[in-house]
Amino acid sequence: MADFLVAAAGFVLATVALGLVRILRGPGDDDRIMAPQLLGTGGIAALLLLAEAMRVPAAVDAALILALLAAFVSAAFVKGFARPGADGA
Amino acid sequence: MSLALDALTTLAVSVGAFFFLAGTVGLLRFPDALSRLHALTKADNLGLGLVVLGLLFQVEGPFAALKLISVWLLTLLAGATVTQLIARTARPGGPPV
Amino acid sequence: MAFDSGLAVLVLGVAVWTIAARDTFAAVVGFVAYGLLLALAWVRLAAPDVALTEAAIGSGVTGGLLIGASTRLRRTETAAAGEEPGPTLRLAAAVLCVLVSAGLAAIVLMLPEPAPTLAPQAAANIAATGLGNPVTAVLMAYRAIDTLLETVVLLLALVGVWSLAPDRVWGGFPGPRHHADPDGVLTFIAQLLVPLGILVGIHIFWVGSVAPGGEFQGATILAAMWILAMMAGLVDAPPVSRRWLRLLLIAGPAVFFAIGLAGFAMAGAFLAYPVEYAKLLIVTIEIPVTLSIAATLALLVAGPPERAPHR
Repeated sequence: MADFLVAAAGFVLATVALGLVRILRGPGDDDRIMAPQLLGTGGIAALLLLAEAMRVPAAVDAALILALLAAFVSAAFVKGFARPGADGA
Repeated sequence: MSLALDALTTLAVSVGAFFFLAGTVGLLRFPDALSRLHALTKADNLGLGLVVLGLLFQVEGPFAALKLISVWLLTLLAGATVTQLIARTARPGGPPV
Repeated sequence: MAFDSGLAVLVLGVAVWTIAARDTFAAVVGFVAYGLLLALAWVRLAAPDVALTEAAIGSGVTGGLLIGASTRLRRTETAAAGEEPGPTLRLAAAVLCVLVSAGLAAIVLMLPEPAPTLAPQAAANIAATGLGNPVTAVLMAYRAIDTLLETVVLLLALVGVWSLAPDRVWGGFPGPRHHADPDGVLTFIAQLLVPLGILVGIHIFWVGSVAPGGEFQGATILAAMWILAMMAGLVDAPPVSRRWLRLLLIAGPAVFFAIGLAGFAMAGAFLAYPVEYAKLLIVTIEIPVTLSIAATLALLVAGPPERAPHR
């Protein structure tokens, strides 16, 4: 079971890597602001799987932190990306 | 009993991982930023939900299960709202007036 | 193992891309990605405390800080792009980096088997500190003086950032005024996440005495929530001349230092704790330190004052 969970985490990480390649290469910054979303959800999935596979319950806390901070970083990116006075927020 | 639980976990986590793949394929193939964002958020969050479901069969004790569910709910909440925010910026005509 | 090699390759790839990125914003995105992947690597190395810290500070708050810097620099970006360092300087930098990396790799690979470590002694004496998490025991008991000095260093960094303010706005409000749109998405996000985040921050801080976590990670989450509230315009950054703010900032290091001095009377050395009161003293230090670090980090990201104080 533990091996399967680590393999699943690796698979999720691979999909994140593929998405990351596309995002980081995409010309212009429109795609790059999605990066925290991609890494956030994928990273959380990988962390939860590893937490169970390696019997490290603290990795679930790391996933909690990741959820909050991915949202924070996304908001910061959008704020930094938008022209002043044109915040859609 | 534990064999059945393991089988359920394997099934749920595999389907969840498949949805992560689907999200990435959408990210790679869709034509514009908004649809890519849509594919990414919807598929990845669904994948995460299935992974959490699979892990629920493996954890011991209600507290650990509750923690997993709260992580998933928080991600869903944060993801849904933040995606709205990103979409307004990425919209071709700029944010709606 | 396949997972670990894949993760290592991914981390290196993102690092190389971040350095090679042309545009500051892209580089910051790469840096945040790098930090999150490193947190995964730390979990693989069975170091969850470091993973928590990396996810929170190394990637999250530092990412916010760098984005703020990148936005400020955007006006000068095109001018700066024309001043790229010449090939000799780049070659020298590359050689230096390779030498340092090779040195570190050599040291790690040439460690005797088993590597010398104090971990068994640290774990053996943990009962005297009343704590259950050996990392917190190292931070707050065995090497408390390092932690005290770290809090002071953070304060000095903040003073350095404040000193960048032009004279006429000295003591004023950091950063631009963000206006809260009552129907806006960012306002909604902040109203939703900030209370949850504060709860998570307190949980991570409190659980640090027996499990991975502690004051730095908890404080970082609290700081990130304050910054989020400021970005959404729900609260304005306080002017840096306010007395309550300055008291909040020094409360942590001051209490730490005071208890350290009291250690002379109570147990015979600076920052020594008598065994019966060790846990109580450590918690008494941790609470103000958490609040001070949260305020310091939030103000570091908010930046130097830009608007004059109301006087």
